[in-house]
Amino acid sequence: MKRRGGWLAGPYVVWMVLFTVIPMMLVVYFAFTGEDGRLTAGNFARLLDYGAVFGRSLGLAAISTAVCLLIGYPLAYVLSRESEAVRKSAMLLIMLPMWVNMLLRTYAWMSILENTGLLNQLLSAVGLPTLRIINTSAAVAIGMVYNYLPFMILPVLTVMLKIDKPVIEAAQDLGGNQATVFKRVIFPLSLPGVLSGITMVFVPSVSTFIISRLLGGGKTLLLGDLIEMQFLGNTYNPHLGSSISLVMMIIVLISMALMNRFGEGEEEVVVL
Amino acid sequence: MKKELIRLVDCSMAFDGEIVLNAINLTIHDKEFLTLLGPSGCGKTTTLRIIGGFETPTAGDVFFDGERINHVPPHRRRVNTVFQKYALFPHFNVFENVAFGLRIAKTAEPELEERVHGALDLVGLKGYHRRRVHQLSGGQQQRVAIARAIVNRPQVLLLDEPLGALDLKLRKEMQHELKDIQQQVGITFVYVTHDQEEALTMSDAVVVMNHGNIQQIGTPVDIYNEPINAFVADFIGESNLIKGVMHRDYLVSFAGRRFECVDTGFDPDQPVDVVVRPEDVKMSAPQDGQLRGTVNSVTFKGVFYEIYVDSPGFEWMIHSTTAPKAGDEVGLNLNPEDIHVMDRPDLFPEGAEAMTMEELDPEPKFEDGENGDQT
Ligand SMILES: Nc1ncnc2c1ncn2[C@@H]1O[C@H](COP(=O)(O)OP(=O)(O)OP(=O)(O)O)[C@@H](O)[C@H]1O
Ligand SMILES: [Mg+2]
Repeated sequence: MKRRGGWLAGPYVVWMVLFTVIPMMLVVYFAFTGEDGRLTAGNFARLLDYGAVFGRSLGLAAISTAVCLLIGYPLAYVLSRESEAVRKSAMLLIMLPMWVNMLLRTYAWMSILENTGLLNQLLSAVGLPTLRIINTSAAVAIGMVYNYLPFMILPVLTVMLKIDKPVIEAAQDLGGNQATVFKRVIFPLSLPGVLSGITMVFVPSVSTFIISRLLGGGKTLLLGDLIEMQFLGNTYNPHLGSSISLVMMIIVLISMALMNRFGEGEEEVVVL
Repeated sequence: MKKELIRLVDCSMAFDGEIVLNAINLTIHDKEFLTLLGPSGCGKTTTLRIIGGFETPTAGDVFFDGERINHVPPHRRRVNTVFQKYALFPHFNVFENVAFGLRIAKTAEPELEERVHGALDLVGLKGYHRRRVHQLSGGQQQRVAIARAIVNRPQVLLLDEPLGALDLKLRKEMQHELKDIQQQVGITFVYVTHDQEEALTMSDAVVVMNHGNIQQIGTPVDIYNEPINAFVADFIGESNLIKGVMHRDYLVSFAGRRFECVDTGFDPDQPVDVVVRPEDVKMSAPQDGQLRGTVNSVTFKGVFYEIYVDSPGFEWMIHSTTAPKAGDEVGLNLNPEDIHVMDRPDLFPEGAEAMTMEELDPEPKFEDGENGDQT
């Protein structure tokens, strides 16, 4: 059975080799070679100079992921309890911005956050001191949260909706009030959704470059910007760029693995 | 009798305008074993959910211990439920599933452990406490669901077909266990089943439902021996259902002959339904019978033979331990007390009962002689 259907996987295998395996190997090759084409670890040594960028990137991604979780999880919980009609229209509103080009969305935030932008006009209109947000890390974080929030809400909501209604009723039946039912049933059962939500926000946040370029004004250099510079900028150096990409990928993979471990551990703790 | 505990008064339930419970009235007494019995979709689960607090009746009131509880949420009712689809917590093992209610009640650890293991023991799942629920068979999951409810020693236990997934032998064992628990601990059981035998053997009171209406409430013996209408007679056990006319008290005619009976209180010459249980039809030599017929078929059923006898105008179903041969001429005899005469509902004025009766239409069943198979 497995063997007979094997050829069906053929096209996908070809696809994977062409567009995943080979590019990955190229990245590894470039990362470990110098401009002269000789094998070297020198690219990685140079990464030490960019420690601050790594730190800032991971920090900002972590912050925006946390904020997305803080906003997205309660929203998903509330929506999961709403009627289908309400939930559908709310989802539409949440998804709507995603259909607008990301560049456009981010430009819009520029004009909101600018020193003479909408936000500050509003603030001064009501007599409050204006804020300097644009070209700071805060602006970048806001941009990330705005862009990636749906990626947190969707998986969490999906998992919450999948929880069997009778299971929740059983918890109520056994004496659980709303808080207890949430703590002992809904929250533990929603963890898989939280984990994929975190992944789906954290990964693009760590590698974004448009958001930091537009809202950070080039002052908040992130890994994504750094990599882009190595390939498209005037500091053209694909070897360094590849090594940055590789290290970033490894960091992301490690943090995902850690989190999954933590997630499983959590479940075990609840189970006793 | 015992103290009244739960009362449903004119309770109706409609989903999207479709009425699934039609102004039912039901009183459940303390420590009673009451069974809701009826065909699929008749509203048994809905009735339980109203008592459990998961549905609020669209009309009517629910009383618990004299207090109106229409809007009391489930977690504040002294009621636990064994759900039809088990509804176990997938992220807990068996032990934690059963311990759930006790943990919420902040039961001290040693007592909690003792009670959880006791409950698992009771349902025959000793040693399964570490299993994850998805590693259990359907029947095992069902028993975990029973343990999870029983362990809390609620005042009322609602059980929605709690033995549906068990094999016959285990089901019989669990029936005994449940009955024992109910009597020992003194819990009120509201039990849902569509298995009439289970209902008759376990219950103090049986409520027969059809299409959101209560047809009859009574003891198992009453329900079996004095079914109030053809639906109940047909649903509770197999029966011969035949149209007749009640001439006066103690005299009814059907199958082309007059019979002495024990019923009274009908109008003169009122059309009626007559029910005779298959085990109450006695066979004799042809010349000694009140009725005569030809044996149509004989089927061995284990304890008895099921025999169909053609007599003019009606095919009788007979359960007997002795079997004639197909084609034999036999006489049939009925004792007056075995002839159950009941109102013919299709002659009722249009009203509450009317909708349930459209279903009955007993005539075709007689013609094909298969009227015993609808349980
Ligand atoms: N939430 C609901 N929404 C709409 N209709 C419902 C809902 N719950 C029950 N019904 C309808 O109400 C009727 C009675 O359902 P109920 O579950 O009480 O039947 P039941 O007697 O328990 O049947 P079964 O023996 O098959 O479990 C059915 O026709 C069902 O389709
Ligand atoms: Mg049901």
